[in-house]
Amino acid sequence: MTSTTRDPAIRVRGITKSYQDLQVLRGVDFDVAAGSIFALLGSNGAGKTTLVRILSTLLKANTGTASVHGFDVFSAPGDVRRSISLTGQFAAVDEVLTGRENLVLVAKLRHLRNPGTIADEMLARFSLTDAGSRRAATYSGGMRRRLDIAMSLVGNPPVVFLDEPTTGLDPQARIEVWQTVKQLAEQGTTILLTTQYLDEAEQLADRIAILHKGTIIQNGTLAELKKLLPSVKVEYVEKQPTLEDVFLALVNDAGDTAGEATTSAGREPR
Amino acid sequence: MTTHVLSDTRTLTGRSLRHILRSPDTIITTAVTPVALMLLFVYVLGGAINTGSGESYINYMLPGILLITIASGIAYTAYRLFLDMQGGIFERFQSMPIPRPSVLWAHVLTSLVANMASIAIVTGVALIMGFRTGASVADWLAVSGILILFTVALTWIAVIAGLSAKTVDGASAFSYPLIFLPFISSAFVPTDSMPAPVAWFAENQPVTSIVDAIRLLFAQQPVGNDIWIALGWCAGILVVAYASATAIYRKKIS
Repeated sequence: MTSTTRDPAIRVRGITKSYQDLQVLRGVDFDVAAGSIFALLGSNGAGKTTLVRILSTLLKANTGTASVHGFDVFSAPGDVRRSISLTGQFAAVDEVLTGRENLVLVAKLRHLRNPGTIADEMLARFSLTDAGSRRAATYSGGMRRRLDIAMSLVGNPPVVFLDEPTTGLDPQARIEVWQTVKQLAEQGTTILLTTQYLDEAEQLADRIAILHKGTIIQNGTLAELKKLLPSVKVEYVEKQPTLEDVFLALVNDAGDTAGEATTSAGREPR
Repeated sequence: MTTHVLSDTRTLTGRSLRHILRSPDTIITTAVTPVALMLLFVYVLGGAINTGSGESYINYMLPGILLITIASGIAYTAYRLFLDMQGGIFERFQSMPIPRPSVLWAHVLTSLVANMASIAIVTGVALIMGFRTGASVADWLAVSGILILFTVALTWIAVIAGLSAKTVDGASAFSYPLIFLPFISSAFVPTDSMPAPVAWFAENQPVTSIVDAIRLLFAQQPVGNDIWIALGWCAGILVVAYASATAIYRKKIS
């Protein structure tokens, strides 16, 4: 982690990718500074997942270069895989195994010592201790996503790819994922996340790049992006609570705190 | 990375074996059809079949039944592999520093264990139904060796199906012709009772030589050329299926 603090953790130059006639990526360039959160914002079909798959060595680009944690994704895919973890759009957990067994499996495959201890720590960190001995198939969507992210973080990879980490989650589970992402960045992990939710990029990202029709059309901090529009006009608007505010207030009242609600969700047989 | 091939294969095999332990019905359903066929042939049809060998009919047909067991058992490997790819866990493994062959070998070894368990059940039922052999330990080892080689060879065909299937049904449909193949062989009736073109096919397809070799080993008779033809077929299928499967796999993951 320390060796590359000065160089960008992710460097992408001129990446193109097409499937037959369909050109998905038409020359993508960007850098992600080590220890920062970088959001790739784009609508469905913009090419976000394709780009993440290329950076995580699952897919080869047609042209262009990319390096992750100082390793070239095409010539040193093994080193890249040792430096990253990927959380895809669909929770990649083994449903037949229990939550704990899933974590032990990943710890063993990363050749870590004491996989059992690591699994227990992860279960505790993601409020899954009570559910740890249940099969992942019985988990709710939010729990499954937490387990998925926990599996990705086993072994503390310095670079983490999160491909639409909150798609399909309820507002509470979404906020839990956001908290996890923020904690990770505080510990120095570099995070590239893709999202189609503007508020998610706004909440989390140090830098935001907008991927549209296969190229990055804008790349900057939130403040920089906001400056692109006409200057701020002061208007007085009555502040109405959003439905999300109402929902979260009601739900949190019922369950006291978000943490409490999480643990009770963990016991709930679903 | 190569140093981890064995340990990672072991870890991943442990994972899929756990799948089987949690749904042992896959082993039992694999054994049910061959056992039903065995009951049908021995107690319904067998009385009218003249094998000309002087052996009891169950002794005659058990080798074919064992091959049918394997042919239906490997369908589960295609199924499990297909589900892995659908569910995203396959991509997780691909994005981790796991030696690429380990992922497939884990499924192949799991298939071997599951099929040997089904074979043990079917053989147990056959013993209850009157199957008897004076085969020595060496003969049993030879039979096991052929069955293991046959299982691994067919499992690599299952890997091709699992990797290239588009639907769950497609992933297991490939096994039906394989299950059917023993019927057009010397497994249930001597080939010389068949019309000439059918007999020619039966004589020259892999199942006949494998069945004959196992049958001769159980009957403690000299196996002659049959065993070499049988091993040749198994090795040939293994090499072709393995090469195709790994080529498809490489294409899939690049």
